[in-house]
Amino acid sequence: MRESTMLKLSYLAMLIFTMVASFWLEIAFKVHVLRRMKRVLLSLLPISLGFLIWDAYAIAQGHWYFDQKQVTGINGPFSIPIEEILFFLIIPIAVLMTLEGVARIKPQWKHPELRK
Amino acid sequence: MIYSDIVIAILIFSVLLDLFGFKNSLLTRPIFWSSYAIILPFQLLTNWWLTSRNIVMYDPDVISGLRIMSAPVEDLIFGFALILNVMGMWEYWGTKGVQKD
Repeated sequence: MRESTMLKLSYLAMLIFTMVASFWLEIAFKVHVLRRMKRVLLSLLPISLGFLIWDAYAIAQGHWYFDQKQVTGINGPFSIPIEEILFFLIIPIAVLMTLEGVARIKPQWKHPELRK
Repeated sequence: MIYSDIVIAILIFSVLLDLFGFKNSLLTRPIFWSSYAIILPFQLLTNWWLTSRNIVMYDPDVISGLRIMSAPVEDLIFGFALILNVMGMWEYWGTKGVQKD
């Protein structure tokens, strides 16, 4: 791959790292987050949507901006880089896998209504 | 409003939501702080990657200027709010019987 092409994957690489660092819990710790996708989406969509609206506002205002050499250049609505949209999908899933991983080791720490 | 103001407002909102919006506050339980202790190094690492390489850059006028491992402290606070509320929602839907197990 050309160096400039590699560079464009810089942000994406961080998201792939997060997936690699967390998604193994699905198998090794049987956290069963991915197989509960309906609950995942119900949990993250309202939160992530709120943050993406803020993201769109901040990008429009110039509060933050992205190095176009280090992102794929694929944008979603309101000039939000695809990486940002994936961020608000992948990070919450990694977070929930961590929570469920801890719950596997310490079931007594779970929400009282969620204990078996 | 600038990044510093918005992130403080969001932090206050997310803490209030956790304390009063959900039946069993995560902030008062070891499962949250243990999970956050695991997540925090990854949060610092990924924030560092995005900011030290200037993948994402900030208008200096909208941030406090305080940086931790190259990332604006605002990033850390925003991440905390995201983590807290996603976990809160996850437990909420579980208690509502949505894919509990």
